[in-house]
Amino acid sequence: MNAVTDQQKQAFREEVSAWLRANKPADPGFLLPQSFMEVGSEQQLDFLREWQYKVWSAGYLGMAWPEAYGGRGMDPVFQAIADQEMRRQAVPICFNVIGLGWAGPLINDIGSEADKARYLKGILTGEDIWCQGFSEPDHGSDLGNAQTRAVRDGDDYVINGTKIWTTMGNFAKYMILLARTNPQAERKYDGLSFFLSPMDVPGIDARPIRKLTGEYGFTETFFTDARIPADCLMGQEGEGWKIAMKTLQYERGAEAGAAGGLAFVRIVIDDMIDQLRDVRRDDAPVLDDPVVRDQLVQLVMEEKAITLGDRRANIGALSNDYPFSLQLSNKLRFTENTRRMRQFAINLQGADGALYVGDEEARQGGFWQRAYLNSFSATIGGGTSQVQANIIAEHILGLPK
Amino acid sequence: MSVIGSTTLVFSEEQAMILDVAREFCRDQSDITAVRAQLESPDGFDPGVWQQMVALGWAGIALPERVGGAGLGMAAVVPVLESMGRALLGGPLMSTALAGQLVLRAAGEEQDELLSAIAAGQPATIAWLDNHDWGSAGIQCELDANGVLQGRKQQVMDAAGAEWFLVVAQQAGEPVLAVLPASAVAADARRDCILIDQTRRAQTIDFTGIAVASTAVLKGPQVAAALRDVRLLGALLVAAESGGSAASCLDTTVDYLKTRKQFGKLIGSYQALKHPCVDILVAVDSTRSFVYHAASLLDDGPLSRDAEIGCRMAKAQATETLKYAGDRAIQFHGGMGFTYECDAQLYVRRAQWAQQQFGDAQHQRKQLAHLLLDA
Ligand SMILES: Cc1cc2nc3c(=O)[nH]c(=O)nc-3n(C[C@H](O)[C@H](O)[C@H](O)COP(=O)(O)OP(=O)(O)OC[C@H]3O[C@@H](n4cnc5c(N)ncnc54)[C@H](O)[C@@H]3O)c2cc1C
Repeated sequence: MNAVTDQQKQAFREEVSAWLRANKPADPGFLLPQSFMEVGSEQQLDFLREWQYKVWSAGYLGMAWPEAYGGRGMDPVFQAIADQEMRRQAVPICFNVIGLGWAGPLINDIGSEADKARYLKGILTGEDIWCQGFSEPDHGSDLGNAQTRAVRDGDDYVINGTKIWTTMGNFAKYMILLARTNPQAERKYDGLSFFLSPMDVPGIDARPIRKLTGEYGFTETFFTDARIPADCLMGQEGEGWKIAMKTLQYERGAEAGAAGGLAFVRIVIDDMIDQLRDVRRDDAPVLDDPVVRDQLVQLVMEEKAITLGDRRANIGALSNDYPFSLQLSNKLRFTENTRRMRQFAINLQGADGALYVGDEEARQGGFWQRAYLNSFSATIGGGTSQVQANIIAEHILGLPK
Repeated sequence: MSVIGSTTLVFSEEQAMILDVAREFCRDQSDITAVRAQLESPDGFDPGVWQQMVALGWAGIALPERVGGAGLGMAAVVPVLESMGRALLGGPLMSTALAGQLVLRAAGEEQDELLSAIAAGQPATIAWLDNHDWGSAGIQCELDANGVLQGRKQQVMDAAGAEWFLVVAQQAGEPVLAVLPASAVAADARRDCILIDQTRRAQTIDFTGIAVASTAVLKGPQVAAALRDVRLLGALLVAAESGGSAASCLDTTVDYLKTRKQFGKLIGSYQALKHPCVDILVAVDSTRSFVYHAASLLDDGPLSRDAEIGCRMAKAQATETLKYAGDRAIQFHGGMGFTYECDAQLYVRRAQWAQQQFGDAQHQRKQLAHLLLDA
């Protein structure tokens, strides 16, 4: 591929920016999810599906994926520009994130031709919603111990067990499923296998769980003698852990390959500062309060350091003292900063901080309160902050287990 | 004099008895099923439970005996609120106790009839906030020359069931209190707030156009002093309640850490969880010390400088503690913490409400800095 010139980049940025301006949907008049983990109603789903389809049709999703499978085969820099513009214009999310961001890249990378032909395009169009069946009631952080069973029976695998916290489990057509094919394996990890499983076979029951916000978005997913075709197995039996770890690298943003689009409503510190411009504290603007200013600047620095860290991670000579440290800590830094920032945003609203979504006088409709509660989806989901810190301590600093 | 100042901490026999009774009462009447049953109910509390609290004498516990109270002062309300906080028990006790103090301190014996009504269990509340700024020294709501109110009040605590409103207003620049029976406030002047803490209820009320009889207006220099003191007492009661909530939040987390296993071990064995729990414990302990220290410095007279310092420190400590305890409760419950079913959310939501009331921690510390450093 020829190097993309600055001129081409600029021209593309203008193109996508103009398209977004012209096509950004109007406020639908109902609460939209702040991330893909909060799609709780059919109404939200229909809206987001339509939007994703529109973005894909316009050519701004899966730009770096192969043309044969619904992508455009372009340099990833174009998708990066499109994503930046989507963020800048605060358009809705491309909700099919488990497909776009994790399952899709995985299939692109290690899937068979048949897998690619079968799955990739539906991920991009939003027609085929994907979910992830890793966590179980008794095995979350200790994912390697997952006990859901997959038993080969003729041309099928028979699945029994329970998955939980399955984002979009009730809407999904497919699941990336981690299940145990060999309970006798010496190492617990070696008994696991990875499946691209259909969700519409008999014996799979996804029951919605209510979230702390009172909204919905994930399920407890029961498998009772559910038969899935044997060719759903990805790789070989026993390779499940390795493949799941690869998936988690995508999920934690430590590896490239995602189709693009926004997974979250991006909330930056500028948004927080903007909403505080008319807030008063002790009879003066809150932004003039030295105590507040000190803490805000600290948060600005944290957020800026995250962005700079992402930049520096691409400069080998400046990031080889602790190889892969920035990539590995990306999720931890970002999600913890997000949680703190959102809580502080509530704190600074004065009495309005006590109002919630639905109150006509809540600031920005209770956006920050809901956002703070939702922020735990990212400090828990995809591996908790505590477990992330363990991984970094062990893999980057070489501290003992 | 050292900036540490007073370190008085006393706990009377009466307080000890009240604490015992209140703990047991709240445990019996407000288990978590009962709490959850009220989350989406219109009133937010069980009137039967409130009646029992009245029967126990708690509505008038701080009020003088001459109006039918127990004459034990605000120090006696503190253990009750702490116990309610522990059990997440809602209801109009805090608002009623504060309203009683405001009348007592602003009116002397002129309003003994009202005080008797409050002591007998008629809920009362203060309509305080003109806007979102708890730290504002000004009053926007006006009682005009014809004795008619002009202004709107935000988040009037427990307003729906209140029989009495004390509206904080100004007349020609001087603070006054308008006493209104609930019947004076029409339904269409009230709007139910949607609060992040679902165990509470409040209304935004437009008092504009309501005429107040001159006998129902409390004025004079003692009104400003009473408002200042009751604001501090409010901070203390929220601190007491938050301290109780933080303690039971910690219990909830610790229970989970003792039962949940990952990697073949109880998660409570991981220091990443253990140490923050100890940090919370230390903060809960500090909260309790500040709360009962402040309570030790109260009587029916104007609050002393030491009492002010105590109330502010209690508030600053308590709500930061509850915020942290709730935040960690969600995180340490993992996926379970992200559900509505898990009690962690109840505490986190309460923390967001509590931090605001009567000024948040930054506000209190700023005032404390003046008091302690600018002598
Ligand atoms: C909004 C949301 C969406 C999710 N979506 C999905 C999904 O689509 N698919 C899916 O498979 N899963 C999903 N998850 C599940 C998520 O991956 C798990 O919740 C997470 O891995 C934690 O597992 P757990 O819930 O069992 O918590 P636990 O593992 O029980 O953790 C409880 C607490 O113990 C701590 N802990 C555990 N082990 C250690 C240790 N060794 N050292 C220190 N601390 C430790 C954790 O940090 C946590 O604070 C989702 C979760 C959330 C909140």
